[in-house]
Amino acid sequence: MDSVVLETKELSFLYSKGTSSEVAAINNINIKINKGELVGIIGHTGSGKSTLVEHFNAILKPTGGSVFLDGNDIWQDKKNIRSVRFKVGVCFQYPEYQLFEDTVEKDVAFGPKNMGLSKNEIDLRVREAVEYVGLDKSYLEKSPFDLSGGEKRRVAIAGVMAMKPEVLVLDEPCAGLDPIGRKTVLDLIVSYKEKTNSTVIVVSHSMEDIAKIATKILVMNESRLAYYDTVRNVFSHVSELVSMGLDVPQITQLFLKLKNAGYDVRTDIYTADEAEKELLKLLKRRGNNAQ
Amino acid sequence: MLSDITIGQYYKGDSFVHRLDARMKIILTILFIVIIFLCKNFLSLSLMLLLTVISVLLSKVPFKMFFKSIKPILPIILFTVILNIFYIDGGTTLVSFRIITITTKGIFTAIFMAVRIICLIMCSSLLTYATVPTALTDAIERLLSPLGLLHIPVHSLAMMMTLALRFIPTLIEEIERIMNAQKARGADFESGKFMDRVKAMIPILIPLFVSAFRRAYELSFAMTCRCYHGGEGRTRMKQMKLHSGDFVSLGVFAVSLAGVIVLNHYFGSLI
Amino acid sequence: MSAFIEFRGVTFGYPNEEGVVSNNVIENFDLKIEKGSFVAVLGHNGCGKSTVAKLCNAIEVPVSGKVLVDGFDTADEEKTLDIRKKVGVVFQNPDNQIVATIVEDDVAFGPENLGIEPKEIRRRVDEALKNVGMYDFRFFEPHKLSGGQKQRVAIAGIIAMKPDCIVLDEPTAMLDPRGRREVMSTVKKLNKEFGITVVFITHYMDEAAKADRVVVMDKGRIVLDSSPREVFSQADKLRKIGLDVPPATHLSKILSKDGVKIPDNALDMDELFENIRAILEA
Repeated sequence: MDSVVLETKELSFLYSKGTSSEVAAINNINIKINKGELVGIIGHTGSGKSTLVEHFNAILKPTGGSVFLDGNDIWQDKKNIRSVRFKVGVCFQYPEYQLFEDTVEKDVAFGPKNMGLSKNEIDLRVREAVEYVGLDKSYLEKSPFDLSGGEKRRVAIAGVMAMKPEVLVLDEPCAGLDPIGRKTVLDLIVSYKEKTNSTVIVVSHSMEDIAKIATKILVMNESRLAYYDTVRNVFSHVSELVSMGLDVPQITQLFLKLKNAGYDVRTDIYTADEAEKELLKLLKRRGNNAQ
Repeated sequence: MLSDITIGQYYKGDSFVHRLDARMKIILTILFIVIIFLCKNFLSLSLMLLLTVISVLLSKVPFKMFFKSIKPILPIILFTVILNIFYIDGGTTLVSFRIITITTKGIFTAIFMAVRIICLIMCSSLLTYATVPTALTDAIERLLSPLGLLHIPVHSLAMMMTLALRFIPTLIEEIERIMNAQKARGADFESGKFMDRVKAMIPILIPLFVSAFRRAYELSFAMTCRCYHGGEGRTRMKQMKLHSGDFVSLGVFAVSLAGVIVLNHYFGSLI
Repeated sequence: MSAFIEFRGVTFGYPNEEGVVSNNVIENFDLKIEKGSFVAVLGHNGCGKSTVAKLCNAIEVPVSGKVLVDGFDTADEEKTLDIRKKVGVVFQNPDNQIVATIVEDDVAFGPENLGIEPKEIRRRVDEALKNVGMYDFRFFEPHKLSGGQKQRVAIAGIIAMKPDCIVLDEPTAMLDPRGRREVMSTVKKLNKEFGITVVFITHYMDEAAKADRVVVMDKGRIVLDSSPREVFSQADKLRKIGLDVPPATHLSKILSKDGVKIPDNALDMDELFENIRAILEA
């Protein structure tokens, strides 16, 4: 059995609770996230995915249900809230806007310092975290405000990694980056996970990115949990995903189109390699041109 | 919570008060403040209270909104009330205990002051609730335009106010975002000594200023691109015109002023 | 067709602390943009594409060389306002270009600066909002809109000035997929229906693929400049500078390499679908 690290039970959050304008941001969410998993959370804007994440590290207090970390209700003891935030490290959208120190080193050290670690331990963690995000030592002395957009983003991510959280949560880590920047960030997430063997949760609009890196996908739709399953199983519901207004990968869209036009193809395809195989199979079956 | 800030907030509506000319609303608000300070007894004050209530009802802005704007001022009101109860002498003595004396006049004055402050707040909140912020700054610009002759940059000041109003909600959102991000790294804003708390604000203030300057820089580009070059030769889409409703309102306020003077004169003064 | 915007040997850089320009952002740059065309400028961050936007309407002027807009030199200060009237710019962050607290007031901002008659401003504002599909939101406060909606308001604010050309500097970078589609189709419509010249600066391949012409930039220079089909056929060259080709082009190429007789340059999945169907139905 895999061990569960993060769990929600009947988790709900209502905005303006008790007033006439009460709105459910998330509604009755039951999930179990296993240790070492890389979970992708997708859903369109306003589906509740960011609200869900803000519950993982106790930024928001549930209006119903509870969140369990290593089997303990995180709201059981209010004094514990800070330690929850060290165990579930959340890196919010556009995290470069949280940088404030005059050197990269000091900024990355902010989290570990708040944890009350020794100076040696802080130094060690800062160096490790900067390495995880692929920046060399020369960056430590630089001002974060002099870096490029992509580098700032990585420094901010390192600031969360330096806390060595059991669960690392990244909300839209690639937003606004160019193709090189996106690839760099996605690669560093995967290598961080491999190196540390920790649990990683990535929120994204891009199913293409999620399909590339995740082991499981969690789909939010209109404040409810729509699917929480392996990548392949989630993609087998591709027409439902489209009707939820989600952007399925372009390659998947092609197969959906072929299927709708009456051709016998699979629709749970999201990489170019798989697409190649499936298309060649289709063309061969028709006895045309494919050699 | 930060989102509770109501100053300068507009309550969408299409009431008689909303439709009044913004310039007239500013003049009426000033007039109201003058009149309410002229009130000397409960009768004249009641007249102004009546005027306040009628204005609020006409605006269709729910009373709940006004409670929200009174709430932050509540300590001041309480302070005034207590001060008046204990320090005003006169009338019949109700309680006398060592140095504490409470008199009827003290109580009446306290109530009088409280009602006056509440009316003041309600009336000035009504101005911002029932007037589109841009119309408000527009009106200020137009009312103050004679000052332009004295080389006071009225247009620039009004533009600054418009932009400030535009960016208040954006910056409030930004502060919440930054706070959450720093909390996620274990920042503690709630405990510790005073100096610790001040220090804890640095991780919020620096990113906020960096971001505000970046926004200002980008905004100035965007405004330049849209041919902004100061107030010279600028026209306005929305022309301000006084309608019959504006004159009627002015009339009502003038009559109230007369009423207050008459009531003050015939019924003596409380204070 | 005549060139509406023309860069002639333009070099531009920002001065350092001593006031000396040393690091050129763009160098010896030549580009002609024809009236009514839809040009995408593609490149990764820091390649100088945003500088191109700022040079188009005299926000910046070249250190050497010339930028001509409809024949006017952008360095001529007397013509600055005329140039900005002709070329409007929409920026990346929708929040930082909306000046008013009500949508319609914001759209009126540009025409007001131009000193246009109030009645005409009203007409233009309504028309502009209808053209970007935001008329129903005219009384909204901008901070209550989605990113895509805000960006469409920003576009309306530009077209209310009746420009001949709109330059959009990564208008979709901060938007979700829905917002990106909204902005793209709005811009497409403005180009096709009203003949407005569009310069669309982006780092998204699939957006560039929708243009008539793609200019690829790297390190302040033009690397490729051709039709999208032509540009995206050069996958290796694009990858070398950190760009890519749209997935449909990539897949077409793979299939074609596998020996399938299929055009190897489909730009989007619709086209690839038609190509596959053509083979299957043959």
